[in-house]
Amino acid sequence: MTTEASAGPEAIIEFRGAGYRLPSGQVLLHDVRFTVRRGETLVLLGRSGAGKTTALKLINRLVEPTDGQVLIEGRSTLDWDPIALRRHIGYVIQDTGLFPHYTVEQNISLVPRLEGWPAERIRSRSQELLALVGLDSGQFLGRYPHELSGGQRQRIGVARALAADPPILLMDEPFGALDPLTRMEIRREFLALQERLKKTIVIVTHDTSEALLLGTRIGLVEGGALKGLYSAKDFLHSSEPVAAAYVEQLHALEEFERGQ
Amino acid sequence: MSGMGFFSQHAGEILQATLEHVWLVGATMLLAIAIGVPLGILVARRPWLSKPILGAANIAETIPSLALLGFLLPTPWLGDRADRIAITALTLYALLPIIRNTAAGITGVDPAVREAARGMGMTSRQILFQVELPLSLSTVLAGIRVATVLTIGVATIAAAVGAGGLGEFIFRGLAMVNNQLILAGAIPAAALALLADFCLSVLERRLRPAR
Repeated sequence: MTTEASAGPEAIIEFRGAGYRLPSGQVLLHDVRFTVRRGETLVLLGRSGAGKTTALKLINRLVEPTDGQVLIEGRSTLDWDPIALRRHIGYVIQDTGLFPHYTVEQNISLVPRLEGWPAERIRSRSQELLALVGLDSGQFLGRYPHELSGGQRQRIGVARALAADPPILLMDEPFGALDPLTRMEIRREFLALQERLKKTIVIVTHDTSEALLLGTRIGLVEGGALKGLYSAKDFLHSSEPVAAAYVEQLHALEEFERGQ
Repeated sequence: MSGMGFFSQHAGEILQATLEHVWLVGATMLLAIAIGVPLGILVARRPWLSKPILGAANIAETIPSLALLGFLLPTPWLGDRADRIAITALTLYALLPIIRNTAAGITGVDPAVREAARGMGMTSRQILFQVELPLSLSTVLAGIRVATVLTIGVATIAAAVGAGGLGEFIFRGLAMVNNQLILAGAIPAAALALLADFCLSVLERRLRPAR
């Protein structure tokens, strides 16, 4: 715990008044400030179009801030080489974006290959990654994405993002497209994985239970602004109206259960 | 003289003309692919270029082929040889389907795939060669197929400027009001077109990404 605390304060990701405005003048994100410390999982919770995905893309510079700045390991994203920055940050998206013309192995090993790893190291890393996400490498390495179930595809998406062992992981609605039972399974696996890997993670979701389950902290995004940062416990008891609305939505199900 | 008799009597000549035809079409397609695919990529990458480039290719497509050959006759280097004129004109015709399909293939790549590629730190060149082009190969090939079939037909007009090919028979047959001569050009040209269409569509199906 003490070692944790000494490593704790180190800010890996820092938003300093970062904002993003479209060329048309429409503001998607305004004056966002927060830090994510090493090993933390921050969940950005908000409704569709709130600006969470834009915030995520500011981190790996798929979008560049029009105001303020975003610092990764103390350096503004604009001072990073964008390619080096992105290879330093794993990225998982809802539709997985697996390459349909690549086998599972080719998909997983993409970043190591781009980084020019030797062939045997790529091979053993691919097998290790599949084991990490709970898939049998003999069975899956040679398959194509269309031969996989949704849950398997999502696991491969996570494996691919982890391939070059990036210290930071970004996940945009990573489990949103899955059926509820598979989603629950993968969330549990993911928690166990994070327990071992201790990555610095930012997850975007509109699902309150996902936010409570996965996040060490929850950032509430609404109308292009960060409305507040909470621990799971604070979030449940927050009097802030938007947070309260999310919690109420969560309780609605329990009340239904009690009524039965 | 029976039809079959005519064909067997002129077999050597027909073969010669067919080979000329294949050379005209082959040279045209190589040029049209070399120019059309990069232009298609440009159109996909820079949408503001799509109007001028596709517009120009469209206009080229609407110029009557005989007139286009006529325009090219007096040009300096091109006008020196009949096959240069013919190949230039045919290339201009073949460009549109190739440019259009290349652009459509690339813009049709699943945005999630492209976003993942960018997010993982692929350079735009790597995205083009490792993701976009492989995934749009079958669409590009469909454009090449349409252009090839079109070119095989239009290439018969190249005989008007003396570039040879199967059009020779057709023009001679028209002048002499001899249907057998016309067929001696038209049948092999049609057979070539069908063969090219078949082979390229087989290739296209094999390259289509699974989904």
